[in-house]
Amino acid sequence: MTTTMTRTPEEETRHHVENAGRVGAGVFNPRQLVSSFPDALRKLSPRHQARNPVMFVVWVGSVLATVFAVADPDVFAIGTALWLWFTVLFANLAEAVAEGRGKAQAESLRKTKKDTVARRLISPDVEERVPGVELRIGDLVVVEAGEVIPGDGDVVEGIATVDESAITGESAPVIRESGGDRSAVTGGTTVLSDRIVVKISTKPGESFVDRMIALVEGAQRQKTPNEIALTILLSTLTIIFLLAVVALQPMAGFAGSLQSVIVLTALLVCLIPTTIGALLSAIGIAGMDRLVQRNVLATSGRAVEAAGDVSTLLLDKTGTITFGNRRATELIPVGETGIDDLARVARLSSLADGTPEGRSIVELCAEQHGLPAKPTEHEMGGQFVEFSAQTRMSGVDLDGTSVRKGAASAVKAWTGQDVSAEVDEIVDRISSEGGTPLVVAKSDSTGGKTIRGVIRLSDVVKPGMRERFDELRAMGIKTVMITGDNPLTAKAIAEDAGVDDYLAEAKPEDKMALIKKEQEGGRLVAMTGDGTNDAPALAQADVGVAMNTGTMAAKEAGNMVDLDSNPTKLIEIVEIGKQLLITRGALTTFSIANDLAKYFAILPAMFAGIYPQLGKLNIMSLHSPSSAILSAVIFNALIIVALIPLALRGVRYRPSSARSLLRRNLLVYGLGGIVTPFVGIWLIDLLVRLIPGM
Amino acid sequence: MSPTWAGLLQVALLLLALAVVYKPLGDYMARVFTSRKHLKVEKAVYRVGRVDPGSEQHWKTYASSVLAFSFVSVVLLYLIQRLQPLLPWSFGREVNPGVAFNTAFSFVANTNWQSYAPEATMGHAVQMLGLTVQNFVSAAVGLAVAIALIRGFTRSQRDRLGNFWVDLTRGTVRILLPIAFLSAIVLIALGVVQSLKSGVDVTNLDGSSSRIALAPAASQEAIKELGTNGGGIFNANSAHPFENPNSWTNLIEIFLIMVIPVCLTRTFGVLVGNKRQGTVLLSVMGVLWTGMLAVIWSSEANASGPLALLAGGGMEGKEVRFGIGASSLFANATTSTSTGAVNAAHDSLSGLGGGGTLLNMMFGELSPGGVGTGLYSILVMAIIAMFLAGLMVGRTPEYLGKKLGKREVTCAAIAILAMPTVLLLGTGAALLMPDTAGALNNSGSHGFSEVLYAYTSASNNNGSAFGGLTATNDWFQSTLGACMAFGRFIPIIAVLCLAGSLASQRKVPETAGTLPTTSPLFATMLVGTVVLVAALTFIPALALGPIAEALA
Repeated sequence: MTTTMTRTPEEETRHHVENAGRVGAGVFNPRQLVSSFPDALRKLSPRHQARNPVMFVVWVGSVLATVFAVADPDVFAIGTALWLWFTVLFANLAEAVAEGRGKAQAESLRKTKKDTVARRLISPDVEERVPGVELRIGDLVVVEAGEVIPGDGDVVEGIATVDESAITGESAPVIRESGGDRSAVTGGTTVLSDRIVVKISTKPGESFVDRMIALVEGAQRQKTPNEIALTILLSTLTIIFLLAVVALQPMAGFAGSLQSVIVLTALLVCLIPTTIGALLSAIGIAGMDRLVQRNVLATSGRAVEAAGDVSTLLLDKTGTITFGNRRATELIPVGETGIDDLARVARLSSLADGTPEGRSIVELCAEQHGLPAKPTEHEMGGQFVEFSAQTRMSGVDLDGTSVRKGAASAVKAWTGQDVSAEVDEIVDRISSEGGTPLVVAKSDSTGGKTIRGVIRLSDVVKPGMRERFDELRAMGIKTVMITGDNPLTAKAIAEDAGVDDYLAEAKPEDKMALIKKEQEGGRLVAMTGDGTNDAPALAQADVGVAMNTGTMAAKEAGNMVDLDSNPTKLIEIVEIGKQLLITRGALTTFSIANDLAKYFAILPAMFAGIYPQLGKLNIMSLHSPSSAILSAVIFNALIIVALIPLALRGVRYRPSSARSLLRRNLLVYGLGGIVTPFVGIWLIDLLVRLIPGM
Repeated sequence: MSPTWAGLLQVALLLLALAVVYKPLGDYMARVFTSRKHLKVEKAVYRVGRVDPGSEQHWKTYASSVLAFSFVSVVLLYLIQRLQPLLPWSFGREVNPGVAFNTAFSFVANTNWQSYAPEATMGHAVQMLGLTVQNFVSAAVGLAVAIALIRGFTRSQRDRLGNFWVDLTRGTVRILLPIAFLSAIVLIALGVVQSLKSGVDVTNLDGSSSRIALAPAASQEAIKELGTNGGGIFNANSAHPFENPNSWTNLIEIFLIMVIPVCLTRTFGVLVGNKRQGTVLLSVMGVLWTGMLAVIWSSEANASGPLALLAGGGMEGKEVRFGIGASSLFANATTSTSTGAVNAAHDSLSGLGGGGTLLNMMFGELSPGGVGTGLYSILVMAIIAMFLAGLMVGRTPEYLGKKLGKREVTCAAIAILAMPTVLLLGTGAALLMPDTAGALNNSGSHGFSEVLYAYTSASNNNGSAFGGLTATNDWFQSTLGACMAFGRFIPIIAVLCLAGSLASQRKVPETAGTLPTTSPLFATMLVGTVVLVAALTFIPALALGPIAEALA
């Protein structure tokens, strides 16, 4: 049973198709650069810089260059010092822009944190009004239609429709009720109808919204394991280049051409991996941001990274692989009934049936048999019989005849006569194939009731799933379908959907055992879940995505929450995780590959005076030593700005094998990284040489 | 036969010989380090050393054992040299403290840098009891560390890396001793000298008399090359006719230099259960080795200096009996391994040729590198390459089923960082010393190369000398000694830490999302990483030395 009340299967399909779009462009607006500028200036403080070893070296270099430029000012010295500062500033800008996007989201979330007045129950009948911030865990509060829920908790009494658009952006209201898996409510959302009693489950300041705000603002951002490893590598490179430059001075002295501190600083800054160093934190923040844009909240960056490593996906059948509801797929007439006749009867029996199954029968009759999809005026006059647990049938009495449909045993009892073996055979066959048979019967004017046929309800695999599983397989990810169906049904659907494996008649402990087994083999497992009994498995999985519609227990256990409660999104989460790592790797490669050109610019500039033959290395024909060095520094700074959009958006990712991904990225960012600076520095030099004194 | 064809024939014979022994020796070494049986002589060693061969060591214990063993070796070797007058066959030779200190570190660190003239400084007892012993065990230490790192890859959720004492003993007894013994006999048969006399007196053509030094050369020559040591028993090293009399001995010596490092890639493949993993490393080594041979050889063949023209091509400093081809081949083999033996004067190589030998060492000596050290050096590079490659395919990087996280990258980074640090700081500091200019044969870019080469050789535990630098003052003795020690033991500790970290991990199964490390793409990436890391680190230094010289 889905809880999004108004979403029809068609909308479901459309929603899915929209989500099927690849992880792609985040929006980047150049105006963000301007608006983030003040923040970037604030980040110039040494305390902030010290957190990033690479940029700290640049910062120290800028200070040093400034001191020497002031002591002995000329165009080159001042220009170089200035552009070194720009390098630091641009790195700050990248981070500020990334954070700025989160701040905007945090702002809109904060608006939901209005000061609420809670109606706390002192005893079952007595309530008092207290400010929402004074609520403690375990307090019971009453919320009625039109009121805002004062804090996170579980519904312990009643049922209500709730508007969660403040958090999810989804305008359709959802049902929250006591007991079961739909009991969790979030502070800041609004009750639209009825009255519920909520048991508060979080302290003020630690609520879901509070955590979301902290998350999107990046306030609690900690470096992820992979980011730390990369930082170590970048620091190592920085140390190596620092040593190379420090040792260069005595070597230059031995050759008889001591270099100025500004030139050495410029060389150092150009060599150390400033491009990736400057963009590293922006990439991390933007990765989280891309998740948030898809309405997924990760409790840590670690979880996002783990998503990229997932090698086994556990997917619930219902709602993820198949549409949440069974749909009518076939009409099988029995006895002398014609197929069109059966279709008329089947449609009539379902006109009053508002369940998705019922609607799907009317749709099938409309599509395949040309019958009207809506009840006619005449039909509206009929006496509708609602489905009830006692009768297990629904139908209509019209013009003196009765039509019923329902479970085979119930309809057989209703007809009160022995049924032909044919019906039993059809019913058994449909059951064994994983479908659900609904038997249709009609009474004629004489009162004789006969069975006219059987409707097959079956799970329908969402469109495009097979292709997605194929892609996942290419990425090296195994998909396992989890279902409560019997093995036979599960097998049929698994084959239909194209998953690698399935777990039938799955109980929560089976799920847990499967996760542990996969993890024993060194695989990383991702799953989605919503029920309380999913919580242990969600906690055990490496990536556990809880549905926002689920229970608080599930949300606490998982390390991500999907606000849209769309289990298919797990696939996108995996892609975002991969994209995050690829962006880091690609820009690191680019950054290191850049150095080659910088050597060709700077080394001849430094030493052609003493060894004229080294002038042959000036293959870019740069104008003068000063213009060559300054151009390299300017390129080094500008490339950061040029790559900010890429860092925020992420490198383009298409699911494919590791080998082809590497080949492509090596070609684009490795080879591109070698060639780009040759062109860039040459172009910049064409302008720089125009400056007087160069 | 023209000298070029003769040289090419030597290359062809060398590669053929290596191809023939690749599989059997590689497989044999794998068996040596996995066998459960102990030889009688090994059991005796364990009893004397009070070692329980069945007990395995944590990486820290393993590393402590390496350091303790090496420390004791340094002390003993120092004492043996200083106490030479008390030993037989000393011929009244004495070793001063500076030389003894430098030599002790040099031989224990498998560097075999020699700041002395052997035939005037070391008697036969010091050579055989001290230096030759270290030639064996220092190579065995490298081998043991490489095997420990392989165990890191093959083991899953274990904190033990094997027993250093067992690995050391087996490497010496089952691999180095038998091959060295056989080779020594072959070398004697081919004319290499083996004598305990101090020398023979000869009357020169002009009637004057002189004494030609003799030594037990063949027995030391074999392990000098096999253990990628390189310390000659004569000052002229493998250019000396008593160490390396003809083309055949020259070929055999080059073969011995390369045989263990090359075959270890096979051992690696066998032990990790996928021989192609070893083949791909070998192919990377092969590409680098061949490329650098082409650079050195072509540069020597086209030498254009005035002296070169006088000598008929780049023959200055080369032995006529070897010619340009075999000299280039030897120079390439000795610097691409951590050997440092020479059959020509590297100081006389052309700008680019000398630059080639420098670059070989600056790669970190991994094409194919020293005994054991070559394998672990290239594996460390592979980890760095895989880290970047792994990121670029969107997964936490992994190599051979082991994740490359913070600890692995830190260890690999330290292992890589040690050599450039001591090399660059050592060179820079030496150039600031007022005495340095006076210790050089040349000024300008070639003089600079002489200093750069000394520190490159010491930091990489190569041991070959460019020549032209008189490295006997206290500053050079002590700083070069320190470079050898740091360049050797910091990477070893880092590699063992890496091995421990890898062994404790669970193996990640291979999926379609795993980047295959047996593909040409990975090999290309690894070659690129090795070249780029070395180039970016050392281009400024090379520009002021060999590059300036070559472009002049």
